[in-house]
Amino acid sequence: MIYLDNSATTKPFPEVIDSFVKVATDYFANPSSLHELGMKAERLLTQAREQIAAMLRVKANEVVFTSGGTEANNFAIKGVAWQYRRRGRHIITTEIEHPSVAEPCRQLEELGFEVTYLPVDRNGRVSAEQVERALRDDTILVSIMHVNNEVGTVQPIEEIGALLARYPKTLFHVDRVQGISKVPLDLKKAGVDLSTISAHKFHGLRGAGVLYVREGVRLTSLIAGGGQEMRLRSGTENVAAIVAMAKALRLAMERYEREIDRLKALKDEWRTALSTIPEIEINTPRDGAAPHIINFSLKRGMKPEVFVHELAKSGIYVSTTSACSSKKKAPSKTLVAMGLGEDRAERGIRVSLSFDNTSEEIAPAVAAMKQAIKTLSEVTG
Amino acid sequence: MEMKYDRILIRYGEMTTKGKNRNIFVRRLKNNIARKLQAFPRIKIEYMRDRMYILLNGEPHEPIIDKLKTVFGIHSFSLAMKCENDLAAIKETALAAVRQLPYKGKTFKVSARRVDKQFPYRSDELNHEVGAHILRQTEDLTVNVRQPDIDVRIEVRQDGTYVTCHDIFGAGGLPVGTSGKAMLMLSGGIDSPVAGYLAMKRGLEIEAVHFFSPPFTSERAKQKVIDLVRKLTAYGGKIKLHIVPFTEVQQAIYQGVPNEYSLISTRRAMLKITDALRRRQRGLAIVTGESLGQVASQTLESMYVINEVTNTPVLRPLISMDKMEIIEIAKQIDTHDISILPYEDCCTIFTPRAPKTKPKKEKVLQHESQLDLAPLLEKAINETETIVIDEEAGQADEFTALF
Repeated sequence: MIYLDNSATTKPFPEVIDSFVKVATDYFANPSSLHELGMKAERLLTQAREQIAAMLRVKANEVVFTSGGTEANNFAIKGVAWQYRRRGRHIITTEIEHPSVAEPCRQLEELGFEVTYLPVDRNGRVSAEQVERALRDDTILVSIMHVNNEVGTVQPIEEIGALLARYPKTLFHVDRVQGISKVPLDLKKAGVDLSTISAHKFHGLRGAGVLYVREGVRLTSLIAGGGQEMRLRSGTENVAAIVAMAKALRLAMERYEREIDRLKALKDEWRTALSTIPEIEINTPRDGAAPHIINFSLKRGMKPEVFVHELAKSGIYVSTTSACSSKKKAPSKTLVAMGLGEDRAERGIRVSLSFDNTSEEIAPAVAAMKQAIKTLSEVTG
Repeated sequence: MEMKYDRILIRYGEMTTKGKNRNIFVRRLKNNIARKLQAFPRIKIEYMRDRMYILLNGEPHEPIIDKLKTVFGIHSFSLAMKCENDLAAIKETALAAVRQLPYKGKTFKVSARRVDKQFPYRSDELNHEVGAHILRQTEDLTVNVRQPDIDVRIEVRQDGTYVTCHDIFGAGGLPVGTSGKAMLMLSGGIDSPVAGYLAMKRGLEIEAVHFFSPPFTSERAKQKVIDLVRKLTAYGGKIKLHIVPFTEVQQAIYQGVPNEYSLISTRRAMLKITDALRRRQRGLAIVTGESLGQVASQTLESMYVINEVTNTPVLRPLISMDKMEIIEIAKQIDTHDISILPYEDCCTIFTPRAPKTKPKKEKVLQHESQLDLAPLLEKAINETETIVIDEEAGQADEFTALF
């Protein structure tokens, strides 16, 4: 098997599964229970929070556990909108956000909020100047992803953060789901107020994510109840998945420290190998992109989903644009926004790597791609 | 290769003592720093009588800077670069030092000091030469000799030239361990961790004493104290925590002493036990989080009667502080949020409805003479559990493999 769909989900590290099983088996109590077993579960939760905070270089009380990236993004956007709706009702985001940001924004539009969707350039990037021009007196939130999930473009978060530092009434949310453990970002230095990460994108398990909420930022809860998570997010905590997430983040960051140069080189190697296939066009910009995502479009007339199935026959797993939207037949939102045209945007394929991929995989995978393209050409004539 | 900050220059705090003592101070500071920076195996620490250098050898400076801010005995520190005593090298090094800062739109000046008088250029010549070089090689950076944003400091010493641009304030105080050892009475409230922090700031090594009254106080209350001690280890390194089983003593007092005096007697018992532990651990003082106030145990009358059980110095670093000032420090050292967790501790659980705010010593002694507390105190001391809490390693060993 050659797994090249890591931006959809990563394979959990075995040590992470061990932690999950151990916690779910031995420390299954409710962390709010008074007895000793409950205290141990609470202790695990505290330790996980401290470890994750240390790795994000934030304070422990700024780490709020959620069920994953989608909930964290919804919470950031709607939580700010509700909390600060009397201050203003304008939100700025981009045309290339993940649906878990874009859809909450649309819901808010239905409720009378105004949302500005910033266009991106040919490389899939917005600029701080664009944000500045879009800012208004009633802008309460700017939500911009760190690394685009479809093409891998890195957004100028530090510059936008520096700009927004002059607008204290406007909060800054950064969806870091694709960026974490691949592209460094110092949340404090960049002036980020809210930031999302999701465990299953760094070899943790589904069902756990984090919303970083800077001390001093207030959010209206979306999920009300027993008052867990510093009263911000109720519901009995998923201790096993959260501990597993803390371990996954540590391991992923260690892999980053040791192997980021190798991953960058691997991506370059992939790019070079892909450029030997005449029937494809690479969409990911050469510069300013994350080290793990390469997006390309197939030649006109080729159906990307057939290409994906063809490769899967040889045990090679890639994605048509983002996995979440790959069941709908729709052009890639990001590729359209980059101005590549609807047609090319419908034929997007994403190769996404992790630290587990090797350069030995490239030759057989590229050979299989060439073969798949040949088969497809024969079928479509 | 691009020139980068390769060391951190550390200036000592208030170490005005001379001779042998000074050496002890400096060596202790060096050890405290080395312990604090264990996670960075490539660093090397060089020390001399008036300053210390941490050679980074490729270790990242940002996390090291964060850690240095918690080490007592450091007045200030700066990222520094070293080069040969050669004008061209100094110019390039100073330029590289400036370029690593966000310098655009800022002002600067050069302040050279020539310690090595063999060096052929005088300080003002150096200022001029280096300043002109930086000005030529940068954009959007101007000179301001009165109030510069960036003060490029150049020190030409016998062993080489050091360039620094930015001073970061240290935690001040004296290196922990240079003033001796004291026992900290740690309740779990807001005050006592702050008292412990301030005691360490003045160079004391502390061991914490906590009174635990199961089942009236829960495991969570004990855990809270462990968590508080762990926060303090950021400043003091390893700290011993003595957990005194206090239930029997407390019950005996509540049964034998009239309600309004029970609080005072309980405090006296705690101080006696702490003093015995101090003797065993060879400490020379007891630190408490008391400040003068109107509540029962904090009136001067109460303090007088409680303190009567020992001659050991009882240090009260918070004595003159307002509650708001204490809370401010608690937040700064990150103990506040733990302290406000609502678990009962042994002080709150048996609090009488109307304790005496002006207890009479004679009355207390008379009530206590009816009791035979000594064997119970003895038992509590003997059954005290001691745990060592370290900054890095979690106390919850059964969890270590899970993370």
